[in-house]
Amino acid sequence: MSTENKIRIEAANVNFYYGNNRAIKNMSLNFYGNKVTAFIGPSGCGKSTFIRLLNKMNDLVSDTRVEGSIYLDGEDILNKKTDVVKIRRKVGMVFQKPNPFPKTVFQNIAYGLEINGEKNKKKITQTVEESLHKAALWNEVKDRLHDNALRLSGGQQQRLCIARCLAVEPEVILFDEPCASLDPISTNKIEELILELKKQYTIAIVTHNMQQAARVSDYTAFMYLGELIEFGDTDKIFTVPREKKTEEYLSGKFG
Amino acid sequence: MKNKITEKLGFILITSSIIVTLAFLTVVIYMIFSKGSGIISWEFLTSVPRRGMTAGGVAPAIVGTFYLTVGAVIFALPLGLACAVYLNEYSPKGCIVNIIRMSINNLAGVPSVVFGLFGLAVFVKFFGFGVSILSGSLTLGILILPGIISASQEALTAVPQSIREASLALGATQWQTIRKTVVPAAIPGIMTGVILSVGRAAGETAPILFTAAAFYKRGYPDSVFSEVMALPYHIYALMTEGTKPDKQTVIAYGCALILLAIVLLISAAAIVLRNKYRSAYVN
Repeated sequence: MSTENKIRIEAANVNFYYGNNRAIKNMSLNFYGNKVTAFIGPSGCGKSTFIRLLNKMNDLVSDTRVEGSIYLDGEDILNKKTDVVKIRRKVGMVFQKPNPFPKTVFQNIAYGLEINGEKNKKKITQTVEESLHKAALWNEVKDRLHDNALRLSGGQQQRLCIARCLAVEPEVILFDEPCASLDPISTNKIEELILELKKQYTIAIVTHNMQQAARVSDYTAFMYLGELIEFGDTDKIFTVPREKKTEEYLSGKFG
Repeated sequence: MKNKITEKLGFILITSSIIVTLAFLTVVIYMIFSKGSGIISWEFLTSVPRRGMTAGGVAPAIVGTFYLTVGAVIFALPLGLACAVYLNEYSPKGCIVNIIRMSINNLAGVPSVVFGLFGLAVFVKFFGFGVSILSGSLTLGILILPGIISASQEALTAVPQSIREASLALGATQWQTIRKTVVPAAIPGIMTGVILSVGRAAGETAPILFTAAAFYKRGYPDSVFSEVMALPYHIYALMTEGTKPDKQTVIAYGCALILLAIVLLISAAAIVLRNKYRSAYVN
């Protein structure tokens, strides 16, 4: 196995409950370094819930419970003793709806550095520029760094959120339906970006768009009613799925 | 046909309601202005009362009201904001928090004279601050606390969950998220609460009756432990005591006009500040 196929995250027997409702059922799954893993499945099947476990975003929801383990670099993310802040700095997230802070473009990206205690103005300016380059947004906003981020278009806002995430140098990036509210051209840009980013990061993406999963991912996980039905190479899942359910979903029999 | 008539009737009813309300407002402002504006002069605004408060100005009362109001906000704003942050961001949802919320709302319904008595017992007597700006400010502060808490809470609730998530996902702690993202985004709404509270604090008479207000005081206060004259109490004193009601009534209306102007001025300042903050934050 080559180094870039190294397992980065190892989830084993994960169960997740909203109150008494078991939303994730016994999921076990590995994420590989420098690969994109896509999660597909009908609405409410637990895709988002599952990836939100990886950066502990579900902690914000009251009356929830989790079982099992998710190891990242030898540390169990789900263990209550694990430092939440440390995990979130390693595992960045891009949300369904672009959610820039109501601050300037520059401040949006500098935010992550400032909360990490970075005081060096030069370093901050440099990182802001680098992050915008990496998110393929620099050319569009280089003259608008001190404009309100909310004045950017939806697609630009989403790339700004990606830049903001990159600025804190995460190792894993979670995309939760990042193109759900974007037009096809912006979607295209984000997809290109994801393919570029996987050279450096481990990526997980939740999507409702099966073509998108086929275009950007190396591995695909198909979920149904909280269960992982099938996981494997994206090529194989889309051409010769092993499970009947997967085939039915891909051919549009339900969804 | 019947529907059309009901429609028309409803419209007339609603329109006349707004006309009646505006009429009252206009009459109040017109009355105070017409009866009070005659006496307003530079001297009235800047000099002390003379001849048993039948002549001279009301400057000490203006200064006193200003101190008391500012003092109340200085005390109530940080405390109220902190309470709102706790209730909105930290507290677990449940029975106890609901009881706390209900208590705060009930506090808003307590008659102001009760606050006055409370201030007398606690600040004036127990803490020994005496009848002073400090006691009066603290009493007024408690009076406006519920308003500030609920306005702040509303403003915090209006901050979208998505930007809290954005901040936390970058590895910010909850405190960093509150301080650097949630509260700044809520500032315009919080300021609105402060504006309303300022109007209330400046105009209240009962809470300062036993805690801060002097019937007549020579000169200006020199420390937070001084007694002060205040406009609302001065109006009350002029209308109920003294020997020359005709002269005093005119002065009282003058005071009312000034009080109205001060409240509007503070509100305007707060609105400007709010807008400035909003654009500084957003621009």
